[in-house]
Amino acid sequence: MNKVVANAKAAIQGIEDNMTLMLGGFGLCGIPENCISALVEANIKGLTCISNNAGVDDFGLGLLLQKRQIKKMISSYVGENDEFERQMLSGELEVDLIPQGSLAERCRAGGAGVPAFFTPAGYGTEVALGKEVRYFNGKPHILENALTADFAIVKAWKGDPMGNLVFKGTARNFNPLMAMAGKITIAEVEELVEPGELDPNFIHTPGIFIQRIFQGVNYEKRIEQRTVRQKV
Amino acid sequence: MLDKKGIAKRIAQELQNGWYVNLGIGIPTLIANYVPEGISVEFQSENGILGMGPFPFDGEEDADMINAGKQTITAMSGACIFDSATSFAMIRGQHIQLTVLGAMEVADNGDIANWKIPGKMVKGMGGAMDLVASADNIIVAMMHTNKRGVSKLLRQCTLPLTGVGCVKKIVTNLAVLDVTPNGFKLIERAPGVSVEEIQAATEGRLIVEGDIPEMKID
Repeated sequence: MNKVVANAKAAIQGIEDNMTLMLGGFGLCGIPENCISALVEANIKGLTCISNNAGVDDFGLGLLLQKRQIKKMISSYVGENDEFERQMLSGELEVDLIPQGSLAERCRAGGAGVPAFFTPAGYGTEVALGKEVRYFNGKPHILENALTADFAIVKAWKGDPMGNLVFKGTARNFNPLMAMAGKITIAEVEELVEPGELDPNFIHTPGIFIQRIFQGVNYEKRIEQRTVRQKV
Repeated sequence: MLDKKGIAKRIAQELQNGWYVNLGIGIPTLIANYVPEGISVEFQSENGILGMGPFPFDGEEDADMINAGKQTITAMSGACIFDSATSFAMIRGQHIQLTVLGAMEVADNGDIANWKIPGKMVKGMGGAMDLVASADNIIVAMMHTNKRGVSKLLRQCTLPLTGVGCVKKIVTNLAVLDVTPNGFKLIERAPGVSVEEIQAATEGRLIVEGDIPEMKID
């Protein structure tokens, strides 16, 4: 099986205005940089983006926000982005904020064929408005629906033509979950290796969840908060 | 009165051997610097790492290694990395023994607000709602009053809630308090702070029983 496409431009073929996308990453860590650039270039508009964060003003999903390509964001935390805040407060951008664990599980559920689940997170808060409440073991829980997307776009460290993926460090985050929940899932990888090079015992995302894969170029991997200690 | 480091040092005294601990952004992050000698704990960061270590040395930072505050970190020997759903399975499934986080307001029934100021600040809740809804053992680390001198320990929260009836203990620059069915119970005073000063800075119900000892901080 060979799912390899040439580049980001080829990978995003079929993404159209007003579609729903999932984009992996936490902050700027593990984001699909190449596909984000290709989406900016293709100027696809009216997008609903499911992503834990919204990038910063001039990087990550911030690049799509700058060009007003996003209609709605579904995220858990959107600080660190002035343009995002401006568009949200002015009403140009629709925003659905949901707890991080619920976001992760909703993506996982979407990919795993579980249509909804109960969680204690958000009970008694704004997040619970309009949602069914049920008690389990004496404790209140709210019903959360699974999420799926027309396209999921993830970033991995290594991948093979079958779509098997290995992530590096905390760049794993939402990527394996979103990979499962796309009708079509695109994986961009730093290193595309030959079949058989990845040890089957150490695959993080099985290739069955991936439809298109390519080796990305020119990764910037920007650091959002550089914190260091000095050698004594 | 304690500074932020003092609050972190006092909370570090609560750590028990073998615990898995989730530290929020701000004062809670400092607790990792004051783990008592002889106590071994592992720090979890909810983006997906157990066994989080200190910041990297200058020049050794790795964009693929960050904590939930998006700061560059290292991994301790024996650390492990996982996806965000597994991370919150650890949290919701109550496999984490202690959660420490900051707050804008805490009510005397254990309600907490720390994610939104309507019309002013909407950054999102991140993992805070999952953490407070699930953890058995939640300590809030915060200043007793806000920058305008208004109490953050209230009869009722005024800001949108993060969780209901979940906070068990609060450590502030003035005091250690437990949340009980009848309000905030004063457990310890910060060095040099009187019961009267704590009472004056607490808007919620405060229970003072007998002599209140002063904290012991190195």
